[in-house]
Amino acid sequence: MTGTDRFFRALCWVMALGVVVFLLLPLVITVLVSFSSSQVYTLPPPEWSFRWYEALTRRAGLMDALMLSLNLALLSTAASLILGTAAAIGVARGQFRGRAALATFAVSPLMMPGLVLGVAMLQFFREIGLRDAYWSLLLAHVVITLPFVMRTLLAAMGSFDFALVDAARTLGMSYPRAVLRVLIPNLAPAYLTGGLFAFLASMDNYPISIFLTDAFNRTLPIRMLQYMEESPDPSIAAISTGLILLATVALAVAARTVGLNRLIQG
Amino acid sequence: MSTARADRIGLLVLPGLAYLGLIYALPLFLLLLKSFRDATGALSVAEFVQIFGDPLQRSIIARTLRVAFLVTLLALVIAWPTAIVMRSARGGWLSLFLVAIILPMSLGVVVKAFAWSILFRSNGFINQSLMTMNLIDAPIRLLFTETALVIGAANVFLPFMVLPIYAVLQQQDPNLPDAAATLGAGPYQRFFKVIVPLAMPGVVAGCAFVFSMAVSMYVIPSLIIGERQQTVAMQIARSFLFLRNEQLGSSLSTILLLIAVSVVLGSSWLAARLGARQ
Repeated sequence: MTGTDRFFRALCWVMALGVVVFLLLPLVITVLVSFSSSQVYTLPPPEWSFRWYEALTRRAGLMDALMLSLNLALLSTAASLILGTAAAIGVARGQFRGRAALATFAVSPLMMPGLVLGVAMLQFFREIGLRDAYWSLLLAHVVITLPFVMRTLLAAMGSFDFALVDAARTLGMSYPRAVLRVLIPNLAPAYLTGGLFAFLASMDNYPISIFLTDAFNRTLPIRMLQYMEESPDPSIAAISTGLILLATVALAVAARTVGLNRLIQG
Repeated sequence: MSTARADRIGLLVLPGLAYLGLIYALPLFLLLLKSFRDATGALSVAEFVQIFGDPLQRSIIARTLRVAFLVTLLALVIAWPTAIVMRSARGGWLSLFLVAIILPMSLGVVVKAFAWSILFRSNGFINQSLMTMNLIDAPIRLLFTETALVIGAANVFLPFMVLPIYAVLQQQDPNLPDAAATLGAGPYQRFFKVIVPLAMPGVVAGCAFVFSMAVSMYVIPSLIIGERQQTVAMQIARSFLFLRNEQLGSSLSTILLLIAVSVVLGSSWLAARLGARQ
């Protein structure tokens, strides 16, 4: 290895470690601020305290927002897993033209500007007379979650040996039963990764949800942004810390079961 | 398996396809249609002529494109060495990089944008650190500047740049640079003639993804840069939620949609061409 090589390698390592700090900095700062006794985000905090966690109990509508977000994320992910399983089997095993185009179409909502989708759905739901905010949100969140599920399932089924399903059928299982007992357990890592990222995407969505909410149906990100505009105190950091904890636990479980490297291949 | 069975299995795509067609494609199509009609319902491009004739709207579109371009560039410049290092990293180091990428990626944009709005305050962490290091004497204004917006957005979208580049680098034969060296290639030649061309599909995918997200981001600018310096996405939200000017909002949405779609189509065309060359 020449001197230039060594220099470039060292430089790359310095930059990469800088990137690790850069990526984790916002999360670390949020956690630190949430335990501060101060109102003004000074770091290091003058004293440690739980006052912003106690303040959460006085935040109006926080619990409702959390429950609504969890409800939407769970139901839309479940619906996407069902629709996505059927569609991915159809693409992997069907023999019709345009399967590649169909796969691209199913993943394409990921690349669309969220705000534009929200506007389009708002006008469409109004047009067909759907005025219920909860149902509008749920219908929209399936569009948010489906691409995540489709992306991982299409990749996984591309390399799955469907002879296993056919074998189960020969042994007397019905097709749906063979899918449930053979295909899904075999593709469990893909289901876990796809489902996890779909769930998180629904929990976090702002740009689509903002057009579909009403006064009674505010999701967690919408509530949080509203708090930031009305009274931006560190209790928002306390909510954020809760979400960071949730994501950390979810990832730790996923890393344990499928491995970190599998997680990024979705 | 008989062809008849395979055809029937193909029908399994129908529920998902119908769902996306009805709740996703049809609304977008109707939105496009609406933006090309005037108040009486006649076909017209008047709204677009008005938008592009208005210096304010033109400057908003220019700012949106400029910021998206800078975000993509910054993300690419710092993602590249990270992906190179990750390819050769093992064990605990690799886990550290993966956690640093996946954990922020699985957190909502509201959480991260809020953190950056704290970091950029005049009495915030960045100003304090710079003053401690004696790099500046007095706090500099960061919040409400385009620089802050570019840094914050690059931070949020960085994982989507690192991962595709890392994925293609991982598939490369790690002995290729050494083979090139044996054949007499210097470090610059190895980098520009071997590593870079092979990584291009990942770079194209990452850039397309980051650009299309940056051009349409809404939460990050509204928390970091505020109402004073609008972007197209903020204009769209305003025209629907506050101004009640749906015609303007629809037309701006169409412009944003066309930008996003052309980035996606352009990048997949480029990726296909690059793939064919190898």
